[in-house]
Amino acid sequence: MKTEAEPIIPTGVPDLLPGVAALRQEGYRLVAISTTTLGEQFQVDYSFDRAFSFRTLRLLVSSETPLPSITGIYWAAFPYENEMHDLFGLTVTGIAVDFKGTFIKTSIQYPFGVTTVKPGDEP
Amino acid sequence: MSHQITVPFGPQHPVLPEPIHLDLVLEDEMVVEAIPSIGYVHRGLEKLVEKREFPEYVHIAERICGICSFIHGSTYVQAVETVMEVEVPERALFLRTIWSEYSRMHSHLLWLGLFADSLGFENLFMQAWRLREHILDDLEATTGGRVIQGACKIGGVRRDIDNRKLAEMVAGLDLLEIEFREMNKVFFHDRSVLHRTKGVGIIPEREAYDLGAVGPTGRGSGIAEDARMLGYAAYDQIDFKPVVETGGDSYARCVVRGKELYSSIDIIRQAVEKIPDGPIDVKVTGTPNGEYWARAEQPRGEVIHYVKGNGTRHLLRHRVRTPTFANLPFLVKALKGCELADVPVIVLSIDPCIGCAER
Repeated sequence: MKTEAEPIIPTGVPDLLPGVAALRQEGYRLVAISTTTLGEQFQVDYSFDRAFSFRTLRLLVSSETPLPSITGIYWAAFPYENEMHDLFGLTVTGIAVDFKGTFIKTSIQYPFGVTTVKPGDEP
Repeated sequence: MSHQITVPFGPQHPVLPEPIHLDLVLEDEMVVEAIPSIGYVHRGLEKLVEKREFPEYVHIAERICGICSFIHGSTYVQAVETVMEVEVPERALFLRTIWSEYSRMHSHLLWLGLFADSLGFENLFMQAWRLREHILDDLEATTGGRVIQGACKIGGVRRDIDNRKLAEMVAGLDLLEIEFREMNKVFFHDRSVLHRTKGVGIIPEREAYDLGAVGPTGRGSGIAEDARMLGYAAYDQIDFKPVVETGGDSYARCVVRGKELYSSIDIIRQAVEKIPDGPIDVKVTGTPNGEYWARAEQPRGEVIHYVKGNGTRHLLRHRVRTPTFANLPFLVKALKGCELADVPVIVLSIDPCIGCAER
């Protein structure tokens, strides 16, 4: 069974749009934006692929940090960015198709925004 | 400019097996904008990694979807196995490949039936679903489950298929292939099918790529990518080429799925020929500490299972990006400019799986 090399490139918020634009220029496809709650912080991964070469730009942000939308570069990012807001409570500014919190309907607000079981506290 | 009205489509609609809502902005009969809305079947399954230990979570991963369940399970275990550097026995990898292709066939036949139904072609719908029963019978005989198989586990698979049964399955597929070709004659050439699908919902290759389209949706627009080319499971030992059409319309997406039935049979034949004898699992010790994005080709396209572990029995994160979620922007663009009467056909042409998309 083959596995992939998956480089992760740490990125700051100011470098996000230039980094994404460079990948677009190189012909990469947006694969996914994934958010992970790490205590008080959020790990936001922007993953791309070109001819089965997979790479990820990684941000570490707090819930107060507004993130710029990448829909100006990859229009197809709008479902991911709405999901980041609806499930995690992250603020993404300038989404091309902004549902303003109604894309994924949840019974509680931002259900993934907190870790209910802290690492190391498992039963 | 004509007067615009907004027509709600779904979440309940005769052609929708699962709920999605679209606000269709119309000028006369033409759709000028389609705004999707989901969330009716969001279950928060990814959150359950915090309450279920990583070996038992495979049962939840498999229940993300009632159609492509097997591949959800196998991709999740593939992610964990990569993080834990588990050497999965070859026989188990071949069995996963065989069951994945059976899953693809049952999903494609289900879709072909639903697509025929959306065209009002009831007879063709019943024909596709009649053939699907044979696939489900083999899945049930070999895994114990028709829809949820429960055959994968971290370190291998739970059940073996003896070589006599494998030969029987191939013989059965030889007969089924003849029936697939008969059925596909109608999907590929019947005048009423062509009338409803040709030139409907066109997205050219470059635009489809920019929209992140995956699976038969992207391949129908000419994108020659298929995650099986990554060589996960036993695909690195199989001679395989993706099925690609260039029309970019609903017809092309239908033809890709119809032809993929043949390629699935071919892959199974090769896998049965090459499957080695030996164990089907290994004992797995330790806990996952690290992260990996596992990619696989589901019937609807590339699926991603991201896992991140911190060395405990509970994963920090399990994130699934399903093909339908990736294909939503494609759908929005494909609907723009279409006739209202074509909306059900275009929506179905991406084979939407909303349960998958919402998790």
